[in-house]
Amino acid sequence: MKEQLKTDFEKILKISNFSEKDIEFKKNHLNKFIENGFPSRKLENWKFLDLNQIIKKDIGELSFYNDYSSTNKVDTSIFIDGLEHNKIIFINGRIEKIDFNYEDENQIEIYDDIKVNDKFDNENSLIDLNNAFRNKYYKILVKKGYSTKKPLVIYHLTNKKMKSKNINLRLDFELEQNSSLKLIDFFNDLTDKNFMNILYNFDLKKDSILKNYKIDKSLNKNLKYSFNNIDQEKNSISETFIFSAGSNYFKNEINCNLKGEYSSAFVNGIFSLKENQLHEIRSTINHLVENTKSYQLIKSVLGKNSKAAYQGRIHVASKAQKTDGYQLSKAILLDETSEFNAKPELEIYADDVKCSHGSASGSLNENSIFYLMSRGLNYKQSKELLINGFMLDVVEKITDSEIKNLIKNMIGLKE
Amino acid sequence: MDTRKKDIEKLKDYKYGFSTDIENIKAPKGLNEDVIKFISNIKKEPEWMLEFRLKAFERFKLLKEPNWQKPKYPKIDYQDLYYYSAPKSMNDKPKSLDELDPKLLETYKKLGIPLQEQARLNGIAVDAVFDSVSVATTFKEELTKQGIIFCSMSEAIQKHPKLVKKYLGTVIPTTDHFFATLNSAVFTDGSFVYIPEGIKCPMELSTYFRINASETGQFERTLIIADKGSYVSYLEGCTAPMRDENQLHAANVELIALDDAEIKYSTVQNWYPGDENGKGGIYNFVTKRGLCKGKNSKISWTQVETGSAITWKYPSCILKGDNSIGEFYSIAITNNHQKADTGTKMIHLGKNTKSKIISKGISAGFSDMTYRGLVDINSKAENSSNYTQCDSLLMGNKCGAHTVPYIKNKNFDSNIAHEATTSKISEEQLHYCQQRGLNPEEAVGLIVNGFCKEVLQQLPMEFAVEAQKLVGISLEGSVG
Repeated sequence: MKEQLKTDFEKILKISNFSEKDIEFKKNHLNKFIENGFPSRKLENWKFLDLNQIIKKDIGELSFYNDYSSTNKVDTSIFIDGLEHNKIIFINGRIEKIDFNYEDENQIEIYDDIKVNDKFDNENSLIDLNNAFRNKYYKILVKKGYSTKKPLVIYHLTNKKMKSKNINLRLDFELEQNSSLKLIDFFNDLTDKNFMNILYNFDLKKDSILKNYKIDKSLNKNLKYSFNNIDQEKNSISETFIFSAGSNYFKNEINCNLKGEYSSAFVNGIFSLKENQLHEIRSTINHLVENTKSYQLIKSVLGKNSKAAYQGRIHVASKAQKTDGYQLSKAILLDETSEFNAKPELEIYADDVKCSHGSASGSLNENSIFYLMSRGLNYKQSKELLINGFMLDVVEKITDSEIKNLIKNMIGLKE
Repeated sequence: MDTRKKDIEKLKDYKYGFSTDIENIKAPKGLNEDVIKFISNIKKEPEWMLEFRLKAFERFKLLKEPNWQKPKYPKIDYQDLYYYSAPKSMNDKPKSLDELDPKLLETYKKLGIPLQEQARLNGIAVDAVFDSVSVATTFKEELTKQGIIFCSMSEAIQKHPKLVKKYLGTVIPTTDHFFATLNSAVFTDGSFVYIPEGIKCPMELSTYFRINASETGQFERTLIIADKGSYVSYLEGCTAPMRDENQLHAANVELIALDDAEIKYSTVQNWYPGDENGKGGIYNFVTKRGLCKGKNSKISWTQVETGSAITWKYPSCILKGDNSIGEFYSIAITNNHQKADTGTKMIHLGKNTKSKIISKGISAGFSDMTYRGLVDINSKAENSSNYTQCDSLLMGNKCGAHTVPYIKNKNFDSNIAHEATTSKISEEQLHYCQQRGLNPEEAVGLIVNGFCKEVLQQLPMEFAVEAQKLVGISLEGSVG
């Protein structure tokens, strides 16, 4: 893999025009990645699902070279129906279109010349990989006091040109004081056996609101990793919803730093896994100052041979008195081969806090099925009804009613 | 209240902090094959035992010290320790208690453990372990009548080699982790219990561990076998003198329950915790593991952890037999600069296995407490269930309380439920108690005891009283 990484890297440098400084930065991170490689189960965070092995098994040899010079045709038929929205379209990791048609153009700014920085100097080798190989990236700024009128949908598409490739992309967002942004990540893949590595960085200033919905619904054989870093100032709110169902492998990581008083973070997720899928959510909520709040609810429905993992961590610094932190994860195992792993972790250094977590897993309740069947439903219908009700709980947590209905329709949940 | 105050006054400093001036025989400092041979030789062990030790030592040389735990400690120089220390008078083992060095008897009297049988009315058989050797075992005759074997490990190796050979290392093999393997290589003494088929042990069995010599590591090994349909309740207590250096205690405890057998293992651990600035104290790195080998067997661990500078242990149950039950009740209290990383592992292998975990952590002062637990339900463990509850109580904002549960469910027929909360003593509760005339310290004591009640009531009577006092004392000075 080492040789492949080096030759692909050289190839990219030849066709791109990065500045000296950028190249230096990229080289550093490439070397770091070469040293550490893909994360494996030896690392605590990757204990449940070993990415290194999954890549070996599912893809084999990865190619890191992508040619971003030619455009791809945008297939408009996959656009979300019945919802007016702004668009950012990625095809094979290349930005094809940024379109804020519904917004006041003076209120949103898009930068593409961002100074590189080593903001995430942690142990995550996938961030090194991203830093080394991603194309240039953009930063979207929502100005003070402005709320976007329509949601922004980011389409993550791939087409047939992709095979056994690694795609790295990054977007930064800054929400100025009292602004708000609704963001939907929509995944749709026509290919298989690629590894996507997505990095978002959100900067939430005072009183701003971010709502991020990630929808991975259509079945595909790609592997995905997504890392959201969210820094929150006073009074800001972040809401993250993850519907994790389509890809063969998907790991969502949310790292949230509650830096301002009265800021709050919500992370809700659904795993709905079918045969052989391996999905994971890992959240880290850092309560750094007083009076912050976090709430997490993760539910899983697991089919044959599937495996889901939830690692939630609430960290409360000694300054962060009056913290309110809550985690709940529930799982239904539908088949004897399905597996659920959880590691809900509390790390608390302040005494005046209210923190709790709960985790439960088991099979569908036979009594409930019996109840429904005695009222005339057949076994399949009863099972579906129970599962839908189980998942609906999480969808109901979505605070935007338009998007809530959209998601309900998308995943076939009716009230 | 007066008696309680007196108690506290008396115990304000670590009551067991004295050391006994006694002549010792020590193995040469350091860890090597010669020292292991020395230990084996002085204990007149058979050839197979020495082989067991050397095999473990071979393996030990390849192992690295783990460092994933939360409480970090300065590197231990394993070559700078004595691995064997015994009171000189034990060289020719006394045949009865009357021949025991009076100084030793005095020590145990001070500790509140009278070894003279006539002095004992409450009927607990005691095996006392002083540094590296077992010095006395009481009530032997009465137990022997029932066929119960309760003796020191060294004696068991001499007298019951078949049993020891059959079971030693079956739960904690010589190929286990760093500290367990070290123990397998150099263990010195400990208790051995065998309860024959169908016997209910008529009294509580108890071991009292005491570290006396300085620069000594204590490595004892306990093996308890409950044969079919038998029952035993076993207690363990520990103390050590106050010293400025850190001392290592790395014991191995193996429990084996065959069909329909039940073992109840209770620990009140009160090793010297170091002074209030965190100087000195015992490193308590113990491996405790129980195997529910037979059908319908049950193992239950109860622990009250108040001592030690660092406590790092996970009493575990391997639920192999169908319908077997594992239980874990724990109170861990850390104050001043103490650190604890403790919890349990419940590994469900058999069908219809059940486990229950109740853990209460209290941290005060500058201490740090972690509950770390694993519940693993194997794909063949149909219809198994687990219930876990871990609550933490924080006193002051200089301390930490952490919960790190690992939950693995590979069986769709099984249920796992886990709950955890972290909180502080509420103002309302304190106010209520104070209004009724209790001073703040008493109020805290009362509330903490209520918080721990679920665990305390699992302890045998005599221990429960001691433990309750200990809980109050450990938190001395942490209020306000």
